Amino acid sequence: MSAREAFLAQAAQRILIFDGAFGTQIQERRLSEADYAGTLGLSHEQKGNNDILALTRPDVIDAITRAYLAAGSDMVSTNTFSANRISQADYGAEDLVPAMNIAAAQIARTAADDFAAQDGRPRFVAGAIGPTNKTLSLSPDVEDPGFREIDFDFLAEVYREQAAALVEGGADFILVETVFDTLNAKAAIYAVRQLERQLGRDVPIMLSMTLTDLSGRNLSGHTVEAFWHAVRHAKPLTVGLNCSFGAEQLRPHIQLLGRIADTLVLAYPNAGLPNELGEYDELPETTANHLRQWATGGAVNALGGCCGSTPAHIAAIAQAVAGMEPRQLPHPPVATRLAGLEPFTMAA
Amino acid sequence: MNELSSSRFVNVGERTNVTGSAAFKKLIMAGDYAKAVEVARQQVENGAQVVDVNMDEGLLDAELAMTTFLKLIAAEPDIARVPVMIDSSKWEVIEAGLKCVSGKPIVNSISMKEGEEPFLEHARKCMDYGAAVVVMAFDETGQADTKARKVEICERAYKLLTGIGFPPEDIIFDPNIFAVATGIAEHDRYGLDFIEAVQEIRERCPHVHCSGGLSNLSFSFRGNETVRRAMHSVFLYHAIPAGLDMAIVNAGQLDIYDDIDLALRDACEDVILCRREDATERLIELAESFKGKSKEDEKQAAEWRGWPVARRLEHALVKGIDAHIVDDTEEMRLAIAAAEGRPIEVIEGPLMDGMNVVGDLFGSGKMFLPQVVKSARVMKKAVAHLIPFIEAEKDAATRSKGKIVMATVKGDVHDIGKNIVGVVLQCNGYEVIDLGVMVPWSKILETARDEEADIIGLSGLITPSLDEMVTVAEEMQRAGMDIPLLIGGATTSKLHTALKIDPAYEGPVVHVLDASRAVGVASRLLSNTQRDGFVEETAAEYSHLRDVRAGKTDSVLLTLEEARANGFACDYSDKPAPPEQPGVHVFEEWDLADLVDHFDWTPFFRAWELAGTFPAILEDEVVGDSARQLFKDAKAMLDRIVSEKWLTAKGVAGFWPCARDGDDVTIHRVRREEHVRLPFLRQQVRKSRDRANYCLADFIDPAGDWIGGFAVGIHGIEPHIARFRADHDDYSDILLKALADRFAEAFAERLHKHVRTTLWGYAPGEQLTNEALIKEEYRGIRPAPGYPACPDHSLKPILFELLEAEENAGLMLTESYAMLPTAAVSGFYFAHPQAEYFGVARIGRDQLEDYAQRRGVDAATAERWLRPNLD
Repeated sequence: MSAREAFLAQAAQRILIFDGAFGTQIQERRLSEADYAGTLGLSHEQKGNNDILALTRPDVIDAITRAYLAAGSDMVSTNTFSANRISQADYGAEDLVPAMNIAAAQIARTAADDFAAQDGRPRFVAGAIGPTNKTLSLSPDVEDPGFREIDFDFLAEVYREQAAALVEGGADFILVETVFDTLNAKAAIYAVRQLERQLGRDVPIMLSMTLTDLSGRNLSGHTVEAFWHAVRHAKPLTVGLNCSFGAEQLRPHIQLLGRIADTLVLAYPNAGLPNELGEYDELPETTANHLRQWATGGAVNALGGCCGSTPAHIAAIAQAVAGMEPRQLPHPPVATRLAGLEPFTMAA
Repeated sequence: MNELSSSRFVNVGERTNVTGSAAFKKLIMAGDYAKAVEVARQQVENGAQVVDVNMDEGLLDAELAMTTFLKLIAAEPDIARVPVMIDSSKWEVIEAGLKCVSGKPIVNSISMKEGEEPFLEHARKCMDYGAAVVVMAFDETGQADTKARKVEICERAYKLLTGIGFPPEDIIFDPNIFAVATGIAEHDRYGLDFIEAVQEIRERCPHVHCSGGLSNLSFSFRGNETVRRAMHSVFLYHAIPAGLDMAIVNAGQLDIYDDIDLALRDACEDVILCRREDATERLIELAESFKGKSKEDEKQAAEWRGWPVARRLEHALVKGIDAHIVDDTEEMRLAIAAAEGRPIEVIEGPLMDGMNVVGDLFGSGKMFLPQVVKSARVMKKAVAHLIPFIEAEKDAATRSKGKIVMATVKGDVHDIGKNIVGVVLQCNGYEVIDLGVMVPWSKILETARDEEADIIGLSGLITPSLDEMVTVAEEMQRAGMDIPLLIGGATTSKLHTALKIDPAYEGPVVHVLDASRAVGVASRLLSNTQRDGFVEETAAEYSHLRDVRAGKTDSVLLTLEEARANGFACDYSDKPAPPEQPGVHVFEEWDLADLVDHFDWTPFFRAWELAGTFPAILEDEVVGDSARQLFKDAKAMLDRIVSEKWLTAKGVAGFWPCARDGDDVTIHRVRREEHVRLPFLRQQVRKSRDRANYCLADFIDPAGDWIGGFAVGIHGIEPHIARFRADHDDYSDILLKALADRFAEAFAERLHKHVRTTLWGYAPGEQLTNEALIKEEYRGIRPAPGYPACPDHSLKPILFELLEAEENAGLMLTESYAMLPTAAVSGFYFAHPQAEYFGVARIGRDQLEDYAQRRGVDAATAERWLRPNLD
């Protein structure tokens, strides 16, 4: 059975549990520059480059991954949100991108396989690809709205390089997450398509949009429905929302997506909204309660956490939704679904 | 043409196409992309559902022009909201375009011109990029011209595409629209072949769409717009039912099929459907007579006068023509009398039949409010003519469907919306007793009792009216009434009705969103069979709303102290210089013609329940006809208002030295040696990121600053309204009131400009178009008491006192602080460059109590004024 089929088989039975945040877990360990830099001999300061830890402190990443698996995660992500050539340029570590992704995927793969071997329940590895810190749809220069810092081909190649390394290291799926710019996501989809042709096999895609305002649009201005229309050609294994705001604010948008998307829905919100100090203080039980309510409405197939969530949050969520029915896939009528910033549908 | 307005037919804007628009080409060749972007914006505003972009021009770097333009329109949310059609005959240009478009676009086009392999390669790329695709009926041997070739090529392409997994619903076939009536016999069947091919393609290839470029069709009639428009409309009329569901077309240049000159329509049909051998010659001959003429309907206009009288009455009602209504009604009355019928039968027979047609057309969205109100005017005139005859007969009055008492509640003077609802109800056979404005609850209840009314309808525009409506409901309850209570007006809402009014009264309470819903609601409430179900349903809905609301945790409020700590840190080093001309300035009679130039027309159309932005609304596919007619009538009335000086625009503006004191602004009235305190409210809802909790006082320097105020009003409307009333002319009555409102708003805008450039003079060089003014692209704000930044209506008396508004501008306030005359605007001027509009929204008890103290009133009084901000 392929990873795609195995995932679908598990998702047909229950609500699957994804992992939580890595960033806050790493921060808590108060690592030093020496921890980050290791013996790689890079010229830039590495403190804050969480993705490089797969090479310099693999034990830390491994421990966090295993904490999530122990909390009940069916799927864990690789700690590679910024392990791409564009983001790593800030640390002078762009040449380590392939090695970083391979190592991170191997850590997650090994941990997942260990847990699966213990209880026979399959565990999956999602190779995480962040949006990079550049955007294809927006001009950073207010005087020149037609200006772009990067182009599609460049970004697609950056994504292809990262995706190839993640798959090589053992990732089951490519998770294009925190999509603030829909065109960036389209470049990622394009890149994975090229990778599939190169490898001669299926590389399932997961897509996760992030909203920048409560009305439900991302930074490039797309509504949730327009986003779905714009990425549906990826035939993603899951589509969903992550980060954005807390579960409470995200609910109407995930419900909307749940009604229209004829694929699995994965949601992993932040642990509430940050307090005045920028810290997330929502209790695991509170988050779990919100997510349980969504699950009661049949809106989701998989749940996890983003910023501020901890293994305790994941354990609480897993407990709260255990035994609940997963969302049934809708069967929308065949129609031509186009999109600008807003959706446009023609009956077919 | 109804098919055009339905979502099943998509019109693609054609003007951002260098091959189709000489004007657009000129802009692109000159590198004037800013204006080119405006062309795209206009298209979308005019109703294009998809924007076609084509840069195929020999002298252009098409790839560069395509990507440049697509990136620029991506930055314009008004344009980028609709999908793009990337149009080029060169694949490289299309692919470059695909890399710039963030939604899901349409590629136009790919074909089998160069064989199957390149065709499928391009199709695969479209799947990778996520795009739908237009497939031209073109193969290795050439472009398909006959029906058989069109069908054969499309079917072959369909099989190839679905064979590689291309979603069939993302295929749009273009089976080639060619020019007809060229004089070449082989071209005669082109129109018919296209239409028949479309039908067969849609049958054989499930889920696909068919599209075409319409302008080719009429190529031989270049220069003769009337004929071209007619041909296009006739073609669509036949092609759409056959399955054409998309076309690249200038939507503003289509005629309504039914309105096309009959002879011309016939001739076009002969050509397009290939109905006779000499069709081309006949159309060419006929076309001569239309050269240089725009569409004319005078002939048809005169024609209806020859119809039988009953049909004339119906026509007059449907078209809202009152010129002959009295004569026709009299003719009908005599005819019925001759048959020994009674005068009442004129109403019950032909007039009601005509109004039923109007009601049906309105109900099905084919007629719009302004037209309906005109129809009502015609009806009223007919009835007025008949009443003496009916009374002479001393017979019972007409049996109405029900009696409705309507009123604008005490303290409020706004009645445009209420009058519209009244007219619509009357049109549908209800008897309406309109008590007018500022009606106390006692009068409403008394009238309802005396008249044995079936329903009471309340209206209001300002927020204090919401409370007054609760009072009416409470009094109805106390009086033991049980008739339904309808709630309507701009500030009312379903939520407020459910939370506050419904619990106060045990009888049915229903919020009516707009005039078009009024009839449905009234008829269900008065129906023996539907009443109970409807009442229960509504009550359950409101009860659910209350439950949801009760369970809802409100947005987090900061304490007042915290909110103040997060106040807006204004840069006072940038504060405005003192006014050039301080003190109070009175304008006895501002030039009306100047105000007309500053009209913001969009709200005018909204008042008539026509949705859309001016001027695009005039070309709107659905409401365009209605909007144009209304606009024409409004312009005609405006001309008279201005030339005959029906109205007088009086205003006053003043500037005073002041200082900020906490959340108050204290004004120093130098000559009177007194201080006036203006307390303002601060946002208290917790903000995300670095947004501040604003208060208007933040824009004023504690170390000394300036503030302004103004009040304007439009006087003299009463005799004209009385005249229209006497003439049973609701249409003109509502029109004049709506125009007076526009004058007041325009005066406020114009006076603000005068303040910025001259009186205060902080922006002497300002040069803004009227559109820029409407969008408020200027420095400084003019928030009005009772509106979001300053929600307390009760600041108006203080402002009026400062301005001596009663003496200087003839303005008065009701007990709920509504202004009289009704067409009036007042507000404060803040000139700091960082001043901006915001909404105070929900506030906490702590601020309420603090405010009451600052305002010098008890907490209960402050609570009454600020209730909408408290929950």
